[in-house]
Parts: sequence; C-alpha cells; structure tokens
Amino acid sequence: MAKVKLTPELLKEIYYYMALSRALDDRMWILNRQGRAPVVYSANGHEATQVGAAMALNRGEDWIVPYYRDLAMVIAYGETPREVMLHLLGRADDPNSGGRQMPAHWGLKRRHIMTTGSVVATQDVHAAGLALASKVLKDGRVSLASFGEGSTSQGEFHEALNFASVHKLPVIFLNENNGYAISVPARKQMAIMDVAARAQGYGIPGVIVDGNDPIKVYEVTQEAAERARRGEGPTLIEAKTYRFVPHSSDDDDRAYRSREEVAEWKKRDPVITFEKRLIDEKVMTQDELKAMQQRIKDEVNDATDFAEKAPLPDPSTLGRYVYAE
Amino acid sequence: MAVMSYLEAIRETLRQELRRDSRIIIYGEDVGVRGGVFRVTEGLQKEFGEDRVIDSPLAEAAIVGTAIGAAINGLRPIPEIQFADFIFPAINQIVEEAARIRYRSNGEFGVPLVIRAPFGGGVHGALYHSQSVEAFFAHVPGLKVVIPGTPYDAKGLLASAVEDEDPVLYFEHKAAYRSLKGEVPEERYLIPIGKADLKRSGKDVSIITYGLMVSYALKAAETLEKEGISVEILDLRSIRPLDVEMILDTARKTGKVLVVHEDNLTGGVGGEISALIAEHALFDLDAPIRRLAGPDVPAMPYSPPLEHAFMITSDKITEAARDLAKF
Amino acid sequence: MAQRELLSGLPVDWQKLKTMYYYMVLSRKLDERMWILNRQGKASFVISCQGQEGAQVGVALAMDPSVDWITPYYRDLAVVLVFGMTPREVMLGFLAKRDDPSSGGRQMPAHYGHRAKHIMTGSSPVTTQVAHAAGLALTMKLRGLPGIAASFLGEGSTSQGEFHESLNFAAVHKLPLIVVVENNGYAISVPQIHQMAVVNVADKASGYGIPGVVVQGSDPLAVYEATMAARERALRGEGPTLIEAKTYRYTPHSSDDDDKTYRSRGELMREKADDPIVVFRNWLMTQKQWDDQQENTLLKKVREVVDDATDYAEQAPYPDPSTLMDHVYYSPRA
Ligand SMILES: Cc1ncc(C[n+]2csc(CCOP(=O)(O)OP(=O)(O)O)c2C)c(N)n1
Ligand SMILES: Cc1ncc(C[n+]2csc(CCOP(=O)(O)OP(=O)(O)O)c2C)c(N)n1
Ligand SMILES: [Mg+2]
Ligand SMILES: [Mg+2]
Repeated sequence: MAKVKLTPELLKEIYYYMALSRALDDRMWILNRQGRAPVVYSANGHEATQVGAAMALNRGEDWIVPYYRDLAMVIAYGETPREVMLHLLGRADDPNSGGRQMPAHWGLKRRHIMTTGSVVATQDVHAAGLALASKVLKDGRVSLASFGEGSTSQGEFHEALNFASVHKLPVIFLNENNGYAISVPARKQMAIMDVAARAQGYGIPGVIVDGNDPIKVYEVTQEAAERARRGEGPTLIEAKTYRFVPHSSDDDDRAYRSREEVAEWKKRDPVITFEKRLIDEKVMTQDELKAMQQRIKDEVNDATDFAEKAPLPDPSTLGRYVYAE
Repeated sequence: MAVMSYLEAIRETLRQELRRDSRIIIYGEDVGVRGGVFRVTEGLQKEFGEDRVIDSPLAEAAIVGTAIGAAINGLRPIPEIQFADFIFPAINQIVEEAARIRYRSNGEFGVPLVIRAPFGGGVHGALYHSQSVEAFFAHVPGLKVVIPGTPYDAKGLLASAVEDEDPVLYFEHKAAYRSLKGEVPEERYLIPIGKADLKRSGKDVSIITYGLMVSYALKAAETLEKEGISVEILDLRSIRPLDVEMILDTARKTGKVLVVHEDNLTGGVGGEISALIAEHALFDLDAPIRRLAGPDVPAMPYSPPLEHAFMITSDKITEAARDLAKF
Repeated sequence: MAQRELLSGLPVDWQKLKTMYYYMVLSRKLDERMWILNRQGKASFVISCQGQEGAQVGVALAMDPSVDWITPYYRDLAVVLVFGMTPREVMLGFLAKRDDPSSGGRQMPAHYGHRAKHIMTGSSPVTTQVAHAAGLALTMKLRGLPGIAASFLGEGSTSQGEFHESLNFAAVHKLPLIVVVENNGYAISVPQIHQMAVVNVADKASGYGIPGVVVQGSDPLAVYEATMAARERALRGEGPTLIEAKTYRYTPHSSDDDDKTYRSRGELMREKADDPIVVFRNWLMTQKQWDDQQENTLLKKVREVVDDATDYAEQAPYPDPSTLMDHVYYSPRA
C-alpha cells in the first residue's frame, strides 16, 4: 500500500464506500427476510474490487456499465443510499428504473451509470459502444464494464473485446471472478485458470489482481484508464474475489459449495481486512472509525425509512416510456 | 426533380444526413471500402472518413450492441446488417436491450438508432438471403419498423428514422434496390413514422400492403381496372406503429380487403391488420378478409421452380383481388 | 515447402500424396467449371475454394470419413469431395436440381450437407456450424464413439460470439473436435486488421486452454500433419485443437463480388505465386514422384469427371414446385 501515493482522505473514502455497501447489503437481506423486499443481489465480498475500480475513474464523467453485483461500485460512483433503497423497494422515485426493474439493475444517467438489463454480457458490448462514441467525439471519457467470470462464456464478451481491441477503444473490461456462476464453478465454465488469459486472443493486456485488495484494484484500473486515454485500447482486468452470500436471496449455496470454503475466504473479508489496515497504518483512529460506522448506520436507517415511506409507482404509468415522450 | 432508384434514394439520404449531423456514424460489414455488398454506402467512407463510416468485424451482436452504447454517449449510429437474415445473432441486443432501455430506465435513457437491413426474396438468395423478418420485430413494443415502397418514401422515412429518438428498423427490399425508380426531391423532407399512404384510390377492393409488394399491387390494379374492377391500395410504410385509422378507413370504404405480404402467412403483419378490421369495422365488410402471403415454410428455397412457387407476384395479387371482387 | 524434407516421423505414403494432389486438382477444376456455367447464365451463384485447396485437402485426408463428422463452410468443396461427395452430387447442388443431396435444390450452392457421408447440413449465417460440430463431438464423447468432429470457417467468422461459445464449451468438456480456420486474409472486403487485433487466429486458443496451431495452407502436408496430431489428441480425450491455415482466395468472395474494389491485382498475383496446387506438383516432381505424363493423364481424367458431372446435372430435373411445403416438419421418409 505504501508505494501508491494515496491520500488518507482517499483511503478513508474507499473504506467508507466499502463499509456503506456492506451495511446496505446486510440491510437488504433483512428486509428480504422480513418480506419487505422481494429479491436481493449482493455485492457482499466484492466491495474491494468495486470500490477500487470506481475510485480510479473520473467518477460521474467516465461511464460505468455495471452488473447486478455492483452495489459498492454504484454508490462509490455517486448513487445515494436513498436511491439504492428506492430501487430495492420498487418505488416511483427509483432513479434506476422507476420501480420497473428488479433490484440491482443499475442505471443513473446523472452519474454516467449506464442502464443495465438482466441478460448477462450485453453490457460488455455497450461499454465498447460508449467508448466508440468517446473516440469519435474525442470527449476523453473511458468506459468500464464489469461482469462475472461465468458471463465471459457468452459470445458477446468475445465480440465486445474483439471490437474494442480492433478499434483501440478507451474501455476497461473488469471481470469480478468469484469462482461461481450461481452453482457452476469456474472449472466447468472455462478450461483455463485465469479469465485474464483470454486477453491474449485480442492482443490486449490481461491483468490479474487480488480483488480483495482495493488499492491493488485501484492501481491496475488507473493504469488501464490511462492506457485507454492515451488511445492504446482496452484492458481486461480479472479481480479474483469471492461472494460471501448465496447468488441471490432465492439461492441456497449450501447445495454447491462447502461451509469450509466460505469460511476460508471470509478470513480475507475485504471490509474487515481493509479496516484493519487503516487502523494499523494509522490512517484512521478507532474513534474516527467508530464515527464513520455510526454515520453509515444512520445513513442506512435513513435510506430505509425514506424508501419505505416513498410512494409506489402509479399503475396508470404502466404504458409510459415505451417510446420517447 | 431527379429520378432515382430506391437504392440511390437511400444512399443520397444517408449522404445528406451525414452532412447535416456530425453525430451520425455508419457501420457494418463491408460498408467502408467496398461501399456495402449492395453498394448502398458506396463513396461514403471516402467523403466522411473512417471514423464515421466504419468497417466492423463480422459480429452482429457487437454491431448493434456497440451502436446502443454509442447512441447513449451522444452519437446517432446507423448500423447496417448486411442481410436481414443475419440480424438474428443481434436479436438479443435489439429486443432485450434497444427495445426496452427507455422503458426499463423509466424514460431516462433512450437509444436513437436506425438499423438498416436489406431483406426479401426473388433474388436467388435461398433460405438465408431472402427472408422477410419484419414480423419478429413488429411484435416488440419499443421498436419501430418501417419499410418503404418507393424511392420517395425511402428518403422521407429514412430521414424520420434518423431523427427519431427510439430504435427504428429500416428494412429495404433487395429486389426494389434497382427495379424501383421514382422522383426524389433534392431537399430534405420527413415522412412521419406510423403514417400510411394511399397509393391509389378505388372503390371495389382494398389492397393493404407495404414494401416491394406495393409496386406489384399497383401493377395488378392496372390489370384489374381494364376488367372494370376498381382497386384501392394502401401502402402501410410503417409496420409498427400501424396507421390504424387509414386501415379502417379503406376497409370501410370498399368493404373488401386483401392484405398482401411476402413474409410468412402465420403470425405475419396480415394477421394483425385482419384483427384490427375485425374488431373495429366488421360490419362494414362485404366479404371475409383475404390474406395473400408467403407460404408457411421456414424460408425461401433457391431452385428456380421452388423460389417461384414461394414468391408473391403481381399475377397472384391480380388473381386474389379479382376473386375477392367477385365475392 | 520446397525446402521441407519428408514427413516428420510419418512413413511416406506416396499413394496418399497423389490422392491429395488429385483432390486438389479435381476441386480446382470443378470450381473453374462453376464460374464458366455462371458466366453462361446457367447458374446464378458461385462461391469458390480456389486457393484454399491445400488446406482443405490436408485436413480432410487426415480424417476418417467412416467415423468422423464435418461441418464445412461454403468454401469447402475440396473437403466434401474427400469426404465422399461425388462431383455429380456437387453439380446437382450447384445447379439446384432435385437430387442435390445437400438440400434438394433448396439452398444456395456450396451449402453442403450429406448425411450418409457424415457431412452436417450447413446454413449461411457464419459460425453456427462450429457449435454444431461441438455438439456432434459431445455425442461422440458421451456415446464413446470412435470418431471426431471437425468444423471449418473463415477468419472473419471468428469474430462471431458463437466461435467463442463453441470453443469454450468444447474445451471445458474436452470434446473430440478440431476447429479449422481457413485464414484467407479477408472477410469479403474487410481485411484481417479490421477483424481482429492479433496476427494469428491461433493466438485465441490460449483463451480456451487448448492448442492453437498455425500452418501454411499452401502446404497440404503440414496441414495434414497438424490435423493428424490434433485428431489423435482428440481421440485420446484431451480435447479440441484450433488449427489456423494461412491461405488466400484467388477469386472474388463470390460471383456477386468485385474484389478489385478492395485488394490490388499486385497482391493477388504475389499470392498466386504460392498456389498450393502448383507448389505441391513441383514438389512431387522434385521428389521424382510425378512427371508430365502423369500430369496429363490426371488432367484428362479430371476433365472427364467434371464434364460428366456437368452433363449429368444439367440434364437432371428440377424439384417439383409441389414439394415446396415438404419437410417443414418431420415426416416418415418413403
Ligand atoms: C443470458 C443469461 N443467461 C442466464 C442468466 C441467469 N443468470 C443470472 S446470473 C447468472 C450467473 C452469472 O455468474 P457470473 O457471471 O459468474 O456472475 P456472478 O453472479 O458470479 O457475479 C446466471 C446464469 C442470465 N441472467 N442471462
Ligand atoms: C452472421 C452472418 N453475417 C454476415 C454474413 C455475410 N457474409 C457471408 S460470408 C462473409 C465473410 C466471411 O469471411 P470469412 O469468415 O473470413 O470467410 P471467407 O469467405 O473469407 O472464407 C460475410 C460477411 C453471413 N453469412 N452470416
Ligand atoms: Mg461468478
Ligand atoms: Mg476470410
């Protein structure tokens, strides 16, 4: 960590978003188990990857095209806890979709978070397209698409990387490799150890990074962004990480992975280990930490209350926005 | 006013649009140096450069998917699918993404995109270079589907498609490219999407159709006129949205409706039109609605006798309309 | 190839090499005849194998048509001939006659298919056949059948998602599959540099954890050897191999194309200097395995075969229009 020139403010901010994401995530599961939120998709375990990557971009200016796991990424990108909760609870003022999409289908134009659907890997191609426009318009923006390792089996992953590499587009492909696509382990998904190995087929750098270390992810993302801005084309980043919870609130992961495996990974819980590093390296005092955690708790409570009180969409709006209005 | 082929009308409109709006880019397979396999984009790369007329890799999902991203980041892409038959690798991007992005984001994001694709048969193109694919897309709210039947309409509809804030599929009949000619004004004009056009007035039978079939129907109407049968022809121009009002008007006027399309019969546009008329104008009819459409085989065969057996011709239209007039 | 010694480690079977040469010449001559028929207005469409015969014959002769299956693409005339499709059958398909075994005249020419000869029916949308071949190979693996499947495509077609999905699937399941990319440098007008950011298609293999092999398509022996090795690997249960044969096409993309708009005549002439047929013939001659007399005999024989196939197909009947609606769904075969 020492070799990167990161200000204490930035380190604290990284921690803040990671911890905020975890707290929001935990709350969502509670709401789900209480029957107040129909479904939850978690970032739980991926926070370091997501926040590390987001902070390395020009937030709100560069485009991100996230996937359903990217709660930590989108809040680091400027989506507020209230907005997240409005989305979870399908409220009228959900800025992601006005309550139309399932939770975790992000999209926030104000912050240049591209709208996303459920069909995996479509976003890879969109990121290449956003970057194509940036290249033509010379707007200096970089685009980042994120996706799971299972989704790299999709043809659109291949088409996106190929297109982007041929046209040297300013785009970053961030793979959050958590070893599973729902129940399917990576070894049944691909015959290689590292997703990054696929980069070679496109003549672009493929970088492997410890996805539980936000600083390392920050570094490689920054490098990829610089490369993109220099006009040298895309980078494929593979962040090795783990999800600590089932695929979604509808899944039971005991069917396909052992409790021991989960426990082993939890020893490297990115939120806990980063917290410890900040204390150990005296970036933060215990008191500061406590204060921040309190603030997070308040924010989560506020967001929950706010969203629960917020109105549901009016059924008369069902037919709106099929076309431009 | 210049007389142009259908193909030239499209090319000149693309040129005019590229000149008018620097956000427009064209891309697809072979559209650059080669000017497209049908020459529709000939000369455009030379005039507008490789950044705006782009030869893309051979990957339709990437073509449409990147066009979606590019549209959202401020360009107005006009991707070309080399043959409509090859649009299916991109159907995920068109139906799951482009069509629902506005709806799913509650109006926040929109995809101004025109996907051009040559379609249609009778050109010895066999099963994979002959298909009519409009019904697949006409089924999808969020998409618009237009099919011009004359060079004049080709220009006005393309300009409207480019201005539209939503994804528009613009299908061009391959057999129309060089066979259809007509006057096309130099200046830019718009033909509203969703507006049909009465190509001929008549009182005995209405033929409702679109695309290449319009010219076939016009020929049939001339033949029938000599027999004393007066035929009205409604050119839909837009398949989605349909011009319901004009469809009902012509049905009420003549009381006899023949719907013609080259696309397969079952689940085709003709079914929707028939249903609309049945729902809203049934008691104005003097005969059951008749559909003349491509047979229900998966696609058009190659061998001349089989291709001929598949194709709708003006003779077949004449016969069907004559039969209906006698009812 | 002039420099190459004998086949490494393989006993030289001169008869097999002459068979190789025969099929190269036969496919070239059939192909040339197709263009003549096209120019005479007797056939509306041609798409060619010319220039790629070395690669095609090299692969096909290393396979065993009695147990292996292929999913060829439209350029693979030489492949299907080796697999047992007869010149008459080829011409029936070319002229869209009723007895065309590929499709009964329904498909465009060069959309090969022949159940008895283990040639899977193919379509026009590129690259779908690679997934089919992986499926054929899956069956072979699951049923313990002795063969392998091979799929053929152009380098442009590797940009399709299905290329990636199929190779990934085959690699994960270690399927007995060979994917042969006939890299002729162009996808219609689009040169390779606009198609991919790598020099070798074979570089893509590492993304699937499988071997990627580059061979000169003008050297059928090299292609043959690479295919033999890949086939043995597949039969040992070690999974697929990606073979890239560097080739060039001597004709326009098809009879509807005009290649002068995107490649120079100089380039074409340079590439033709490496004509697989000429190079191979010269090599056979330097090996004292071939002479002018044999050449003349062969050309005469090929000419007869091509003439016969043409006459036969020209006289053959077209499909009956009443069969238009047949075979949309299953019907018991007569
Ligand atoms: C095209 C498509 N097929 C199937 C699904 C159902 N599905 C949703 S998530 C998922 C697994 C994705 O795994 P991975 O890409 O590794 O991401 P992770 O959830 O592990 O982060 C599947 C199969 C889908 N959403 N889209
Ligand atoms: C999905 C799809 N898109 C477009 C086409 C039109 N098309 C036919 S062949 C071809 C080029 C193929 O190039 P390559 O794969 O390199 O094979 P080659 O013809 O050079 O042997 C194209 C674009 C098609 N057949 N299928
Ligand atoms: Mg995963
Ligand atoms: Mg090629």
